[in-house]
Amino acid sequence: MTSLVVTSCGPMTSLQDRGRIGYQGFGVSPSGAMDRRALAMANALVGNPPETAAIEFMNLGGGFTCEGGDLHVALVGAGCILSIDGTPVAPQTSVFLQEGQSLEVGHPRNGTFAYLAVAGGFAVEPELGSLSFHLRSRLGGLKGAPLKAGDRLPCRAEAQDREPMQLPVDPLEESGPIRVMMGPQDDYFTLETISLLLESEFTVSPQADRMGFQLSGPRLEHAKGFNIVSDGIVDGHIQVPGSGQPIVLMRDRQTAGGYPKIATVISADLARFAQLRPGTSVRFRAVERDEALAAARRLKDWIAALPANLTPVRFALTTEHLLSRNLIGGTVDALAPATADQND
Amino acid sequence: MPTPKILPCGDSAVTVEFGTTIDPDINGLVLALDDIIRASPPAGLIETVPTYRSLTVQFDPVATDYDALVRLLSEATKDLAPHNAVGRRWRVPVVYGGEYGIDLEEVASLHGLTPNQVIEIHSSAIYRIYMIGFLPGFTYLGGLDKRIATSRRLHPRAKIPAGTIMIGGEQAGIAPMDMPSGWHNLGLTPVRPYAPGRDPVFLFAAGDEIVFEPVDASRWEALEKAVRAGDPVAEEVRR
Repeated sequence: MTSLVVTSCGPMTSLQDRGRIGYQGFGVSPSGAMDRRALAMANALVGNPPETAAIEFMNLGGGFTCEGGDLHVALVGAGCILSIDGTPVAPQTSVFLQEGQSLEVGHPRNGTFAYLAVAGGFAVEPELGSLSFHLRSRLGGLKGAPLKAGDRLPCRAEAQDREPMQLPVDPLEESGPIRVMMGPQDDYFTLETISLLLESEFTVSPQADRMGFQLSGPRLEHAKGFNIVSDGIVDGHIQVPGSGQPIVLMRDRQTAGGYPKIATVISADLARFAQLRPGTSVRFRAVERDEALAAARRLKDWIAALPANLTPVRFALTTEHLLSRNLIGGTVDALAPATADQND
Repeated sequence: MPTPKILPCGDSAVTVEFGTTIDPDINGLVLALDDIIRASPPAGLIETVPTYRSLTVQFDPVATDYDALVRLLSEATKDLAPHNAVGRRWRVPVVYGGEYGIDLEEVASLHGLTPNQVIEIHSSAIYRIYMIGFLPGFTYLGGLDKRIATSRRLHPRAKIPAGTIMIGGEQAGIAPMDMPSGWHNLGLTPVRPYAPGRDPVFLFAAGDEIVFEPVDASRWEALEKAVRAGDPVAEEVRR
């Protein structure tokens, strides 16, 4: 069977897909890709459905070798550069990896999370309906663990007849404040505190991981205390513990919690927020449901249209041609300041 | 009971809040609404998450008619009857005290009781599972006798073993896995509320009841062996 063998990677390199649906009532976090837009793009490039499991890289890149056959692969996210046997591949371009070749994922340059998709996906058994690795539950990934050097990832290696594809630069990429909807517990805060949240600059602290992003900024005072009887949590909830420093809850969050949640990041802005590196400043803007829904609809339509936006790279698939193509593309695009995912 | 509040949780969820306290009737309403929504899920529903006092309903915003969902939730909460003791009752064997429950003596002396009295009080109550979370399979139990209710430890422990039977404030719980905890450890059970790969993965559900059966330390090894062989060991008993 065709496999990707890990030669090196960071400690939080893991398989992630849409996430684990239906078990939050039993305390199981949904997990899933931190940047679903980048996941969808990487999958589209190799002909997979948008939520197929891919390898998620967090903060660090990694190295792999290809064994037992060829693989059609693509890397998207955080401005990471993919190289095959040391030759960089143009951004947002899929590439064939031949048996015996090595693949290198460069470190993130303008974000935190990147996704390596393989055509057909990985031949790994899902746990509770998902391949997404969750640290606390010891679920998903390879036998409930993140990836480490020496791991062998079996690949289904389907659809190898496709040609390498390219995607245009992400037109959805937005800048500006992260949009939130107020609630569910904004009534636990004074109007002054709500103004502080919406008018101040916060900084992403080094305590930012798959569970949540701690922010530092002006202290958000509670009006009615900070202990509530635990209630449900969703992705993007901004909870405010006693310290007054908000935490934005992300995919590996707990399923319930006992701090008031002042506002919630809208679903369409979660991927952009997830790519903000520690030290980056961030502002929030309150929106109504209409605007959040329009943004969610636009994102869904954009993901659905990804396959139609692919353009073939159009080069004969000999090693020489592929290498010459990649050399040119890589040299030009790797050095250009503006690449696929500008998130800061 | 006042009208429940429907609180927005971004564009992809709402929380239907029946109250702000830990109360069996409030929790019964949460579970009753959960039953209704699960029985006929509206278009776009992703999942429901029942907690002590509220039901969080998560949905795909693009596939959901939000106004219709809010109407459905409002309608469903009218004339809702609390769903008390909806689930099964489980007997869970516990070895109390000593190395199995390192805080038993301290809890006893805090309340002017003997360790045996604490065991007697703890094991004669019927506990209700209010909710499962924040970790996979962690059971939040109500029904602790106020005579042994004990404020949380000043210094939480970084790690307590899976199966720890513990109390914190007026709550009780069973640790599903090694975890950090500020609660007091009264004993240990070989029962695993959560075991990836076992069928069923989760033994207990919100709305179930738990009774604890004190067992002698000499039986620990045999019980643990049975658990390792895939036997849940927790026994379903009649009410």
